[in-house]
Amino acid sequence: MQSTLFHRAAVGLTSLMISGMAVASDWTERSNENLRPGVTGVSQEVYDLHTTVLWIVTIIGLLVFGLILVSMIRHRRSKNPNPSTFHENVLLEVVWTVVPFVILIAMAVPATRVLIELDDSSKAELTVKVTGHRWKWEYEYLTYEDDNNIGVSYMSNLATPTEQINNPVLAGGLFPYGTAQDAVGSEFPEKDKNYNLEADKPLVLPSGQKVRFLITAADVIHSFWLPDLGGKKDAIPGFVNETWAIVPEGKEGTYYGQCAELCGKNHAFMPIEAEVVSQEEFKTWLAERKEEAAAAPDLTPFADLDEALELGEQTYAGACAVCHGNNGEGGVGVAFAGSDFATNEEHLDEHIDVLINGRAAMPAFGAQLSPREIAAVVTYERNAWGNDTGDLIQPQDVQDHE
Amino acid sequence: MSTAAAHDDHHHHAPTGLKRWLFSTNHKDIGTLYLWFSFAMFLAGGLLAMVIRTELLEPGMQFVDPEFFNQMTTVHGLAMVFGAVMPGFVGLANWMIPLMIGAPDMALPRMNNWSFWILPFAFLILLSSVFMSAFGAGNPAAPNFGWTFYAPLSTEYGPASTDLFILSVHMMGISSIMGAINVIVTVFNLRAPGMTLMKMPLFVWTWLITAFLLIAVMPVLAGAVTMMLTDRHFGTSFFNAAGGGDPVLFQHVFWFFGHPEVYIMILPAFGIISAIIPTFARKPLFGYASMVYATASIALLSFVVWAHHMFTVGMPLAGTLFFMYMTMLISVPTGVKVFNWVATMWRGSMTFELPMKWAIAFVILFTCGGLSGLMLAITPVDFQYHDTYFVVAHFHYVLVSGAVFSMFAAAYYWLPKWSGVMPNKLLGELHFWSSLISVNLLFFPMHFVGLAGMPRRYADYALQFADYNFWISIGGFWFGLSQLLFLAVCVLCAMKKGEKAPARSWEGAEGLEWEVPSPAPFHTYDTPPVVK
Repeated sequence: MQSTLFHRAAVGLTSLMISGMAVASDWTERSNENLRPGVTGVSQEVYDLHTTVLWIVTIIGLLVFGLILVSMIRHRRSKNPNPSTFHENVLLEVVWTVVPFVILIAMAVPATRVLIELDDSSKAELTVKVTGHRWKWEYEYLTYEDDNNIGVSYMSNLATPTEQINNPVLAGGLFPYGTAQDAVGSEFPEKDKNYNLEADKPLVLPSGQKVRFLITAADVIHSFWLPDLGGKKDAIPGFVNETWAIVPEGKEGTYYGQCAELCGKNHAFMPIEAEVVSQEEFKTWLAERKEEAAAAPDLTPFADLDEALELGEQTYAGACAVCHGNNGEGGVGVAFAGSDFATNEEHLDEHIDVLINGRAAMPAFGAQLSPREIAAVVTYERNAWGNDTGDLIQPQDVQDHE
Repeated sequence: MSTAAAHDDHHHHAPTGLKRWLFSTNHKDIGTLYLWFSFAMFLAGGLLAMVIRTELLEPGMQFVDPEFFNQMTTVHGLAMVFGAVMPGFVGLANWMIPLMIGAPDMALPRMNNWSFWILPFAFLILLSSVFMSAFGAGNPAAPNFGWTFYAPLSTEYGPASTDLFILSVHMMGISSIMGAINVIVTVFNLRAPGMTLMKMPLFVWTWLITAFLLIAVMPVLAGAVTMMLTDRHFGTSFFNAAGGGDPVLFQHVFWFFGHPEVYIMILPAFGIISAIIPTFARKPLFGYASMVYATASIALLSFVVWAHHMFTVGMPLAGTLFFMYMTMLISVPTGVKVFNWVATMWRGSMTFELPMKWAIAFVILFTCGGLSGLMLAITPVDFQYHDTYFVVAHFHYVLVSGAVFSMFAAAYYWLPKWSGVMPNKLLGELHFWSSLISVNLLFFPMHFVGLAGMPRRYADYALQFADYNFWISIGGFWFGLSQLLFLAVCVLCAMKKGEKAPARSWEGAEGLEWEVPSPAPFHTYDTPPVVK
């Protein structure tokens, strides 16, 4: 059942009141109000530092506000009709300059220690290159233990279906719109527990080993952030940033993060899902991926247009719709429906070329999609939404494309 | 100047109608124009924020497209920073600095006119792109890269309207620089005999220092947008890695402007609060000299902390440590100021008229923002806080319940001097309490969602954040509507409806501005006043 606004508001207030008392004992529980301790040694240290500083500023704040309150009560005109005239006190001024300075040093020392620790990404067992794209993440496994030639890489997209995201109206309660069912004639899907956080292919990491992330971007600046692993690092085109994490053994599980630097339209829709598994499982997983990567591309021709269109529709929804619109109407990217580009025979070669190699803001898909998928998508774009050109592009055509 | 000319000059009739405002060289009229413009931008920027909060009321996309959402966050930020806060303080400077130092007008009155009249056109250009976008012309039509316009999102990937944005930022920059020159020249040359620098009211001091900051950093902003322009159209690659440029360079240049800019938006507020608290505590300001020195140290330090906005870009360890220490250091002079205000209140004889209410709210809420700023300075933890709603909460505490509240305090304090009537008490009280409660409902829970991990500039969010976002939105609508009460207060004053104000409108008020009648006559200080 879709909860109403008022229901949720009531739950919100209650949880706010309870949160002061209940302390999350399980590391998988995520606080709604506070930073997460996370699962790595560093994230725990960062959390401790946060707690210390939060206490310090809270105490300072309460002292200052307490003084103001006392003054407002005792030094109002009705209580104190004759104001004092003092306006200087050297000792006092020295004290409130020096004491904060000492407090600052007390905070700077542990902060410096953690920062130095965070900076050391040497001696990693696994190196993963993370590339931010608009609006998905690419994970490339570079080295693992003694293997310097893994050659495994893949794209990771948002898994939450569009129907869950696009609510037609408010879910009811506060505004006189009625329920969603009244408005659109059918119940729209309830949002999953991990709404907007799940990816189709998660980043897989081994527990108990040091993982070094090399972080960069292909287009604009993104930021790679897994809160439970202790912080974020920007993904900047032309730069390779480094960070690292060790998830201890026994803390295997799924961790979610999100892009943290504004990167355009779908900034809010490019989550990071990390699946931490035992080293044994990781090795099996990696071996399977290597095998897949080494296999020759599948160049089986499509039997007929329909077969190509079926795969094309799927691929389009996953890779293209975000910029070019669900119905080829365009958006950040160009429109296909009824366009000269997608219907004129002259542009066919160019069409394939742009998909493989990219052009301006359009990313290159040559490394992300198989020849079969590229052929299917080009076929789809030239036949869907009334484009009906009848063009059928075969995987071999894509493979042969110079 | 001949005696006859001086005579003519001082006793001509005040011009009327449109000409009075269009061709004005009078600091009071130009001040009024600035203040109304600032308030109009505050409402316009607020309207954009209402769109943001409506979309974020519930998880999922209901009202706008994520693309339009980004345009809203961008133009909201630009309108508030460059349209509401900065011109608001310039308006106060125009009105009050000549009155406070006993000068007949600003030193460069024609430039004063020009620096104001550039602004409406600058914002017409910027906001026109929003109208185009809202009515479906072009996709996307308005700037959509955040008010910080990081490259390459704003260069290679920026919409066509980025060029309108660049032009309008240039115009705002020219306006600010001219305003700043005017303040400096006025303060150095037109002080009444006996008004030594260390006798100036703190509002004049903080504005003098702010003016120097403006002159130092507005050209840097102009440089940044010019480099963007040449990157976009003339084949340069300042910020394009593929051409041998450097996207991080953009951030360094932007924040070298941006951090002093933060203090440009708060130092005049310190001056206002330092005028109001002594008035209503009926006790001289504690530590006048240390206030001046603290303001100057904050201004100097503001040039060596810029990279704390970009701890996550991957700077070398030594650089990161330097910027962390410098940033922490800023809390010392800022703390001195807060302690001085508390010591001014201490053993005073306080009453809590409207300006004092806003001033005390400022001290408390600005301190909240300052303390969360200290937390953000701790770099390893900033790696978690950075670009989350925790940061949004922090800068709205210092900018809304800080800078904007100080301007409300200033308006209630000086409205009697400007209009000749006391601001309506009932509406004023409603405005204050309504704003005070809603501003906290609006911004305090942002700390929570930020710590829990909600990134900023998100059009949609995970279900975990739903409850607080609902309340934040309610707080937002409430705060927005509350500002209409202030509009009513101002309109009543402008229509001269209300209790007549005496020259010294507040019992404990000190300073030259309270020696002249209320409302202040069109020309003041034909002959310089006597400064004791």
